[in-house]
Amino acid sequence: MGVKRRAFLIGGAAVIGGGIFALQYGDYAARRDAAALTATDKGGTFGAWLRIADDDTVTLFTPHIDLGTGTSTALLQMAAEELDADWAKMAVESAPVDDAFANSWLGKGFLESMSGGKSGMLPDSAISLIARMAVNQVTGGSSAIRFTGQRGVRVLAAATRQALVEEAAERLGVPAGELSVAKGVVSHAKSNRTLRFGELAKAAAGRSLADEPKLKAAKDFAVIGTSPARIDIPGKVDGSAQYGIDFALPGMKVATVMAAPVRGGKLESVDPAPAMAVKGVEKVVKLDDAVAVVASGYWPALKGLRALSPKFSDGGHGGVSSAAIFAAHDKLLAENAPKPEVGGDKLVEATYRAPYLHHAMMEPFALTAQFKDGKLEMWGGLQDPLATKKAAAEAAGLSVEDVTFHPMLLGGGFGRKLPGQIEIIAQTVKLAKEAPGPVKVIWSREEEVAQGTYRPVSSTALKAVLGKDGKISAWHSAYAQPSGGESGGEFTYAIPSIERKHHEYNVNVISAAWRSVEASQHGFFNECFMDEVAGAAGVDPIEFRKRHFAPGSREAKVLDAVAKASGWGTPLPAGTGRGVALVESFGTVCAQVVQASLREDGYPKVEKVWAAVDCGMVVNPRNAEAQVMGGIVMGLSAAIHEEITIDKGAAVQTSFSDYPLLKLAETPEVMIEFLASDATTGGLGEPGLPPAAPALVNALFAVTGKRIRQLPIRNQAKA
Amino acid sequence: MATSLTVNGKAVSVEAEPDTPLLWVVREDLGLTGTKFGCGIAACGACTVHVDGEPVRSCSLPLSEAAGKAVTTIEGLKDADGTLSAVQQAWIDAQVPQCGYCQSGQIMAAAALIKKTGRPSDAQIDEAMTNLCRCGTYPRIRDAIRRATGQAAASASAAKQETV
Repeated sequence: MGVKRRAFLIGGAAVIGGGIFALQYGDYAARRDAAALTATDKGGTFGAWLRIADDDTVTLFTPHIDLGTGTSTALLQMAAEELDADWAKMAVESAPVDDAFANSWLGKGFLESMSGGKSGMLPDSAISLIARMAVNQVTGGSSAIRFTGQRGVRVLAAATRQALVEEAAERLGVPAGELSVAKGVVSHAKSNRTLRFGELAKAAAGRSLADEPKLKAAKDFAVIGTSPARIDIPGKVDGSAQYGIDFALPGMKVATVMAAPVRGGKLESVDPAPAMAVKGVEKVVKLDDAVAVVASGYWPALKGLRALSPKFSDGGHGGVSSAAIFAAHDKLLAENAPKPEVGGDKLVEATYRAPYLHHAMMEPFALTAQFKDGKLEMWGGLQDPLATKKAAAEAAGLSVEDVTFHPMLLGGGFGRKLPGQIEIIAQTVKLAKEAPGPVKVIWSREEEVAQGTYRPVSSTALKAVLGKDGKISAWHSAYAQPSGGESGGEFTYAIPSIERKHHEYNVNVISAAWRSVEASQHGFFNECFMDEVAGAAGVDPIEFRKRHFAPGSREAKVLDAVAKASGWGTPLPAGTGRGVALVESFGTVCAQVVQASLREDGYPKVEKVWAAVDCGMVVNPRNAEAQVMGGIVMGLSAAIHEEITIDKGAAVQTSFSDYPLLKLAETPEVMIEFLASDATTGGLGEPGLPPAAPALVNALFAVTGKRIRQLPIRNQAKA
Repeated sequence: MATSLTVNGKAVSVEAEPDTPLLWVVREDLGLTGTKFGCGIAACGACTVHVDGEPVRSCSLPLSEAAGKAVTTIEGLKDADGTLSAVQQAWIDAQVPQCGYCQSGQIMAAAALIKKTGRPSDAQIDEAMTNLCRCGTYPRIRDAIRRATGQAAASASAAKQETV
């Protein structure tokens, strides 16, 4: 059984094969390599990332994995817009997993966002190098549209359109200015002659691409801002979509693993006999920190693994627990407590906590590998195909050129499948190296929960000085959490003195990016505390927030919009309350109002959520809405239910039985409004999440008068 | 040991241990990978199939208990002529899936609910649709079930489909 490279074509037969990547502003050596990878003799390629075939099919090679956020469709819309292409002829395919296709656009975007807007001093070759060293082909940071799409796809598509028009002008012997383009056809109205993209592509591809082609103005958009159906969805409703876990090869073995439950522990000993007695088990493999069972299928592998009694060391971390971590946080924050000058003003202070959270993507880790003639081939769905290939090469002791990685769909990422801590890569390489044929490794859900790279546990001491003018004059946040969270998320209030300090506290437990990253816990801390300060000032929470933003600012506008939509300030039945929160993340400003009451068991009943979003341009409104909706549901799930606790150095939770997620019955009605905005394009995969928890907690305060300062909420609001 | 059952209308005989969960028989022995593995403890529902018409979490049903029964997987939900079932079409019309991994199970659970109730009420949807979705597609799942059963789309978000 073979596997096709992931390919979609709207409205017709799929086109699969080579394409070309030429990174328009990348370095030229990389561009030459790229061109060889996507070259075609049946049409032309433009900047290597875009191919137009003789039959008019336009294929975009995307450096992103569509995690379910709909970026394949949206990036294709951006290309079709600037090309004036026929939507029915647009197709998307994964970019070759090669350094030549490292995502320089993303590198440039991240650099600029980190340096406050300008990275123009770096030459393109340096950015290209950074892309190959650090960015690779990552999907994360809500970046596909705002960086890859805005800086790459639109620019390349516009330059391609220009080349097609120039070619047509020459062929027809008319000035380019007399030509128009629509639905993939270049027309000369005066002489009533037309040329299709497919007729022009081969020759046009030989023209040099304009460095700074003119992009369309928003008022001229015909494709951006509309909601064509997502191209990936049909395969997801009939079972035909192939995820990493679905891949199979003839003669393939299936393995499952158990690593030391305490991170940092090692495998000390294991008697393989009980597993070998299970029918279908072929071998037990001892890894440095784990034991693996290889079998004819997943079930015998799991049965074999469960029959074993491996002994693991705890690496000296047996004393680590959630209680000990929070005690250490308290000590650290007490020693480093901010001491704002209060004078005759009012000091408001509170300490908040947020637990470790698990990603809980629905598809557990799965990866397949095969060694053949000294080369390694791998298949799976992870958030960065190129980084995966490099990690596999390192684990295998091969050069990168001898490794092929085939990216497949993945069942959720949320940060867990980002490069850096994907143990299954080395495990799969090792098991395949020892096996005579291909091996697929599947993690059990229990392994996946035990070996998480959780959202950081965090404690924050907040202090605000409330001036006599009813405004905050100083804001202090001292937060204890693991290293890596230096930013503490965006905090955009106009307050004269802001001091936010990270105090590192690290243990053996690994934490990493979790959907919306720092904005998730710090959005909760800041926005609940902001309500506390508003309460101390005796001012309405929306009015109080608006005092700290310029009139007419994005923040003020989303607050006004969400207030209006939710009927803020209008009477509610007894026992029902509203709460508001505003968080900016990934270039997008999102305000939410939650309306909630209490269930009999003391858990929150979330009745309705309104969101107002300013993300600048909206490419596909219907899918944009889905992203914010999904963020709200995941944010509520975490706020109400989710917590990983640590005891004796290991996670206590094991599966969905003790790590429950929000269910449909608990999901509120959600109303989302996107504001018309000319702001720089922001991301959408993550920014819908952070306001949900604080808006809910603030709503519960409105119901009970009791402040919840530690998540999850569970039944804390119960009287 | 061989076990006989019917899968998507075809009689099959499977050589597998009787304690093998139906999920792994369907995925590995029969190559029908539309049915997904999520947790193995019947908590998430990604593995939902129909056994004699009833929704079942196949990760926790041993092959021996499926012997002689009629199993329908997501691959068997289409009509005989290959057109999508009303539920699947509603899933497209409502643009439900995001990552899509849980959606086979969601669709199978919804199809069983609709078959049983005709036009499920909100309370019936709440009670029956306990499958997990990490992407947070629940509002659109509710919308799709209403669409599939001729009930007006209720959420403000429902009917914004535009074409290019």
